[in-house]
Amino acid sequence: MKFVHDIKADVTADIVYMMCPMHLLKLDEMIKEIETGQVLEIMTDYDGALEDIPAWCEKTGNEFIGVEESEDYFKFYIRKTVE
Amino acid sequence: MRKCYFDHVAVNPLLPEVFDAMMPYFKEEYGNPLSIYDLGLKARDVIENARTEVAALINAKPSSIVFTSSGAEANNFALKGIALAKQNQGKHIIVSRVEHHSILNTARSLEKMGFVVTWLPVDKYGSVDPEAVKKAIIKETILISITHASSEIGTIEPIKEIAKIAKEKKALLHADGVATTGNIPIDVKDLGIDLYSIAAHQFYGPKGAGALYIKEGLRIVPLIYGGIQETGRRAGTENVPAIVGMGKAAYIAKRDLNDRINHCKGLRDKIIEGVLKIPNVYLTGHPEKRLPHHASFVVEFIEGEAMLLMLSMKGIYAASGSACSSKALKSSPVLLSMGIASALAQGSVVFSVGIDNTLEDVDYFLSEFPQIINRLREMSPFAKGWGEGAEGDKCYTGG
Repeated sequence: MKFVHDIKADVTADIVYMMCPMHLLKLDEMIKEIETGQVLEIMTDYDGALEDIPAWCEKTGNEFIGVEESEDYFKFYIRKTVE
Repeated sequence: MRKCYFDHVAVNPLLPEVFDAMMPYFKEEYGNPLSIYDLGLKARDVIENARTEVAALINAKPSSIVFTSSGAEANNFALKGIALAKQNQGKHIIVSRVEHHSILNTARSLEKMGFVVTWLPVDKYGSVDPEAVKKAIIKETILISITHASSEIGTIEPIKEIAKIAKEKKALLHADGVATTGNIPIDVKDLGIDLYSIAAHQFYGPKGAGALYIKEGLRIVPLIYGGIQETGRRAGTENVPAIVGMGKAAYIAKRDLNDRINHCKGLRDKIIEGVLKIPNVYLTGHPEKRLPHHASFVVEFIEGEAMLLMLSMKGIYAASGSACSSKALKSSPVLLSMGIASALAQGSVVFSVGIDNTLEDVDYFLSEFPQIINRLREMSPFAKGWGEGAEGDKCYTGG
């Protein structure tokens, strides 16, 4: 797992406490809305996302920048690299 | 025998057009909203339409509405969901003493989980003093929950003023709007609140349909875990017919609100004027700042349940305190918190009118009610010599 700090995101989706698989649905929805090259931040407390989000990036060809662990949730950073 | 339904705070009759709107979703349109084929997509669409109508009724964004199974669930969700989401910032909650049991008992359960609850007193009209809220807030306060109006006493609370204070002190404010939504204009943005509970059966919609308004950007821990219904905030296959009914009822409530208020106010004022002519009967709740369809009293020397039974024998349906207090046969905590003595609180009776009532209903009721009180007082051992004392104030003033 790639742990990162102080990544600047262009768009944030806060889905803390929302149930699985909202992290994947929201990711799918948000990535369509941002421009290529922009960075999306997904905030979630769901630990299954540690596997799912990198796997989603690999499958779709978008760049998984890494994850930052805060006190009670994770912040995932994804750069849109596929149109 | 004439039938006068004066218990609209318990439930409103379902509007025929609401029933008609719901019907297809019991029968041919039975799809699960999560299914990806056309039956499911139709169900998804009608839920989103209903969300838009419910949001419009309280001037909210549709995405800030989460459907629930009832107002009680919405109240539970608000308190537990915010308490759990914010517990790292503090464990202090403020609740008034005139809340519905779905707030009071939820707050008690949170106390058992280690949260600290301040139970805010009210004045003789059941009003919460915004200054008292201000004084009760501490650094660890995460949530304040005050009813917008109690269905037992009808008093409308100063939510807008309390919201200003909550915002200043960075605490969230939830208001229980079950008794108000559809009965007075509601604008959650103007009120400045963070969470608001609603129930469809209070505005001529079906039972089993409620909603919680959650201000955009607020994190809340779900009450029910499972699938991703309601954007992952409330699991469980949606009650599509009930949600459709709630949406239709919300649309009609918004359209007809002013007419409903004017109609109900006229009937309510006539009830209050007529009932207060009976000796030793007092209005409970605020004389002016009260729900337009709500008239509540305490009747000295007799017991609420006895009045309800005799009224029902005349085809008049009313309530004594909240429906729950009535079943538990105990003095209402709401009335006791206003300083009403336990014995007097037993004589509580609530008349709540609706669009299905007429002036003739009120005339019939006013011709029967004084006789019922007289008959019960003749039987009551507590009533001995009651007529000899000085006649009291016409509005209950505490003590």
